Amino acid sequence: MTAESASLRDQAQPLHPVREVWIYFRQNRGALAGMVVILVVCLLALLANLVSPYSPIAQYPDCQLAPPIWQDRDPADFAQCVGHYYLGTDPAGRDMLSRLIFGARLSLLIGVIVVTISLAAGIGLGLLAGFFRGPVEIAIMRAMDILLALPSLLLAIVIVTILGPSLINAMMAVAIVTLPNYVRLMRAAVLGEVNKDYVTASRVSGAGLLRLMFVTVLPNCMAPLIVQATLGFSSAILDAAALGFLGLGAQPPTPEWGSMLSGSLSYMERAWWVVTLPGLAILITVLAFNLMGDGLRDALDPKLKN
Amino acid sequence: MLRFILTRISLVIPAFLGVTLLTFAMIRLIPGDPIEMLAGEHGIDPARHAELLHQYGFDRPLLVQYAIYIGQVLRGNLGISLSTHAPVIRDFLQLFPATVELSLAAMLFAIVVGLPAGMLAAVRRGRILDHSVMGLSLTGYSMPIFWWGLLLILLFSVNLGWTPVSGRIDIAYDFDTVTGFMLIDSLLSGQDGAFTSALSHLILPTIVLGTIPLAVIARMTRSSMLEVLNEDYIRTARAKGLSPVRVLWVHALRNALIPVITVIGLQIGTLMGGAILTEYTFSWPGVGHWLVDSIARRDYPALQSGVLLVATAVILVNLTVDLLYGLINPRIRHVR
Repeated sequence: MTAESASLRDQAQPLHPVREVWIYFRQNRGALAGMVVILVVCLLALLANLVSPYSPIAQYPDCQLAPPIWQDRDPADFAQCVGHYYLGTDPAGRDMLSRLIFGARLSLLIGVIVVTISLAAGIGLGLLAGFFRGPVEIAIMRAMDILLALPSLLLAIVIVTILGPSLINAMMAVAIVTLPNYVRLMRAAVLGEVNKDYVTASRVSGAGLLRLMFVTVLPNCMAPLIVQATLGFSSAILDAAALGFLGLGAQPPTPEWGSMLSGSLSYMERAWWVVTLPGLAILITVLAFNLMGDGLRDALDPKLKN
Repeated sequence: MLRFILTRISLVIPAFLGVTLLTFAMIRLIPGDPIEMLAGEHGIDPARHAELLHQYGFDRPLLVQYAIYIGQVLRGNLGISLSTHAPVIRDFLQLFPATVELSLAAMLFAIVVGLPAGMLAAVRRGRILDHSVMGLSLTGYSMPIFWWGLLLILLFSVNLGWTPVSGRIDIAYDFDTVTGFMLIDSLLSGQDGAFTSALSHLILPTIVLGTIPLAVIARMTRSSMLEVLNEDYIRTARAKGLSPVRVLWVHALRNALIPVITVIGLQIGTLMGGAILTEYTFSWPGVGHWLVDSIARRDYPALQSGVLLVATAVILVNLTVDLLYGLINPRIRHVR
């Protein structure tokens, strides 16, 4: 066989799906930028212990509200303050940079947990609703309609009030609030697949219900779910931060971006960095996830573009 | 049309019942029973506790309790606030106009800026203007609005001193509430500078609350406009020699608006959620601020009924929007 015919044969083979998605994805510069930012944030979060200069909860009483390193500080106020606080310190004298880095770890963790819970529950309920028409479907979809009738933040507040304010409960609340999106997407995707010939073929050749659900149908419904999960990261981080800001999420001294903001509200006029930086961290991370989600949507299925 | 209206209304009833189930469950799922909650930190004598449990019917089967609750709700008896000792419904109605005023202003802002921005982006597709509008709107969509509010306060109130930090109007002004809308009431009062004061208080919260709807509207307008601009009838209109302005604003916009109106309708419910954060940031005396305060004060009757009332308001708004679509777009009426 000559080299020429070998390369011809290679060209004739269809691209691997992941490769195909990647080819489309990388053409979108915004999405690529988003991905790079997310990778950097992930790296910071993983290596938080190594890269952050101080402990995120250690307090340095001599250095309360020290300005970032490039800003001139009043020598009289900070005579005892010897540390290098690159992004300044908060009202309790904790290093902002370290808190922001550990906050990245927390925010990503929130995203992972919330998306995992709502994705798993959404897939389960969506499959049930799609496979069992009738009462099961009606019950599930009506329940989702009720959840959708309430403004999501209000519902999250109700859930946190019931469970008590804490980071875990805030994550539960956000997961429940975002659940309807996944269930609806999943059900719609299942309904689109379930009557296709390959499913019937599988059924006829004796596949059990669980096999039909998870092995036959589920993989073909993944595209919209992957997109929703990526975008779900951004709304999870945003909503958890909002709850933290209202004092209903992570409690001090946990270095969570939203509660860092609410803890320093009264110092806003004296120290711009205590409110500006945590919010900027939220914005950049959320924006990155949204950019990547948009890019994935275009790459996975051009029809999904609205 | 009547059939359409009736179906839509019948869909609302289960949603409302679901919400009552949620608010009913909410008060019972909070750790500790309602009597202990009312007693607060001082605790309560066990005999008195049992007596009160019986008096308020908390010892009866849950289903009976729920039926009683629904009966109370339908009669408009929504309980007494623990902190103001006034009926919750009265507190709510006093604060509700402030939230409505803010939400309307925010929606108006979002439409007035978002619609032209989306159209411009569509017309200049692929150019710098398009990229900047889309970049900005994605940033707006990703914005933690509570922080956005703080930034604006820092810039315009603290550094420049242009706008006030919080509240609805300067405390120097005092006039009767007529409509509950500060802009209208201040005009009616005829006092010098009252209207300007109310307006300057409203500007920043409006921008903050309007940011996300603005981003959504701009994105939707752009994509809907791009689709319409490819239609044959637009080519025909151009070929007839109509001016580009006329083609864009008269021929294209009309059809491009249909999905945009849908999105605007969907955003109204979202606005209520955003209002909670915006009101909290700007100490805006509305329903959202009151709900957050109720949590902090552990004022459970206010919280329970407040959630029910807000949810009902959202359901009713969504119903109205739904019915309006049916009126505007006959095709929707005949689906299902």
